[in-house]
Amino acid sequence: MKLRYLSDLGKFVLWQKEVFRKPENWGMYYKELIRQMYDIGIGSLPIVLLIAIFLGAVTVVQFYYQMEGTLIPPYYIGYIVRDMMIIELAPMVTCLVLAGNVGSTMAAEIGGMRQKEHIDAMEIMGLNTSSYLIMPKLIAAAYVVPLLVCVAAVVGITGGYLASVPAGLFTQAEYVQGLRAFFIPFNVVMMLVKSVTFAIILVSVSCFQGYFVKGGSIELGAASTRAVVYSDILILLADYFIVVLLTQ
Amino acid sequence: MIRAEGIFKQFGDQEVLKGIDFTFEAGKTNLIIGRSGAGKTVLLKILVGLYPPTQGRVWFNDIDYTNLDKKGILAIRKEVGMLFQGNALFDSMTIEENIRFPMDMFTRMTAKEKQIRVDEVLDRVSLGGVNPKYPSEISGGMQKRVGIARAIVLKPKYLFCDEPNSGLDPKTSITIDELISDITNEENITTIINTHDMNSVMEIGENICLLKAGKLAWKGNKDQVLGTDNKELDAFIFASPFLQKLVEAAKKNGKTTLENL
Repeated sequence: MKLRYLSDLGKFVLWQKEVFRKPENWGMYYKELIRQMYDIGIGSLPIVLLIAIFLGAVTVVQFYYQMEGTLIPPYYIGYIVRDMMIIELAPMVTCLVLAGNVGSTMAAEIGGMRQKEHIDAMEIMGLNTSSYLIMPKLIAAAYVVPLLVCVAAVVGITGGYLASVPAGLFTQAEYVQGLRAFFIPFNVVMMLVKSVTFAIILVSVSCFQGYFVKGGSIELGAASTRAVVYSDILILLADYFIVVLLTQ
Repeated sequence: MIRAEGIFKQFGDQEVLKGIDFTFEAGKTNLIIGRSGAGKTVLLKILVGLYPPTQGRVWFNDIDYTNLDKKGILAIRKEVGMLFQGNALFDSMTIEENIRFPMDMFTRMTAKEKQIRVDEVLDRVSLGGVNPKYPSEISGGMQKRVGIARAIVLKPKYLFCDEPNSGLDPKTSITIDELISDITNEENITTIINTHDMNSVMEIGENICLLKAGKLAWKGNKDQVLGTDNKELDAFIFASPFLQKLVEAAKKNGKTTLENL
């Protein structure tokens, strides 16, 4: 079992050479890149917005509950929500959701192409399928996922506002004061580093699972599940290492 | 000309091909025949470069295809067209987009030139006007013809067909066979077909190799099929109970050779 993981890791590393090979036709790759950007960005926007707004709302209500009656000023909740969304919740939760949404779709799409011999057909035409099918997805995700994460952070903070100010937990002025307090621009850099890293992880792991799938529909389903599980585990691990590296 | 030289192929412990030596002649319809599991598809996929052989070489004229670098392989593949058993048409693309795909990817043709070529190959396979349809909207036989149209759109020198008649009724199978044979002759393509359809063998088999359990059991052409005394070929041809009954009936009538049938 351990050997299989090692063998897969070796295969994955060697595969990168094929993935990043020079495109046969830049125009076709560009067309595919735009399609992937649309699919990942617009396709995932509703779920990302929904989750982000509730994340912000729940965070505010939860912290209000815990800090009520303490000496900590209420505006601190705005500060906490802002930093939690920027540093942790927006990049990590968005990418975990994307692993389930985009990652499983990519694994199923590429795995389906493998099973229907579409990949073989493209190979026979002389196309480097590793590059054509994976590189545009990687580049698209590396561009679009940070944008989605930024949107998630803003929407999450807005969700916090909507859950607190209209409900009378504290005033708008206090929330805005919190949002403006102790702001460290580097945290945004950390958010962007995380989102690009997570995007690369979720796309490459998912595509790897789909590209090398063998067998029938049961194996394709298993590959899709593995894509999500492995992506999630690696995203959590990467999150920890990025935090350790960037906060020392 | 494509030559298989001492081809062995092993998957785990299972040896699928056991030393195949055969020359697929240029400009002819070459057939790989045999029962299911004989190794036909594996041999075809080795010839086309989708599987590497465990041992042996594949020659495209005087080029050793098995030992080429990536660039050399791509150069050969640009001269190859392939019709897959399941057609391998991209189902999210229309018929026109499917056929245009190789041109979009590998040529600098203008949109108008591509359109002309798409219409030309669709007309050639008698499917003019299906351009905007999706593969799921046409029949299996039509999908095969679209597969052929896509395979020949870049005017390949070599055409590989994996079970072109699978899933088709006998009449449509004959149409597909004739189409492949005609295109082979018109374009002077070297065609290699993997089949177990006896109609194909008798109608278009200009150069045939019979595989049995991964070994070459017989080679010849359609005119030699009936005159042979090869037991493996007889067993393959007369596997059908209907044909066996015909033979028995012929024998009862004093006709002993296949030719008398």
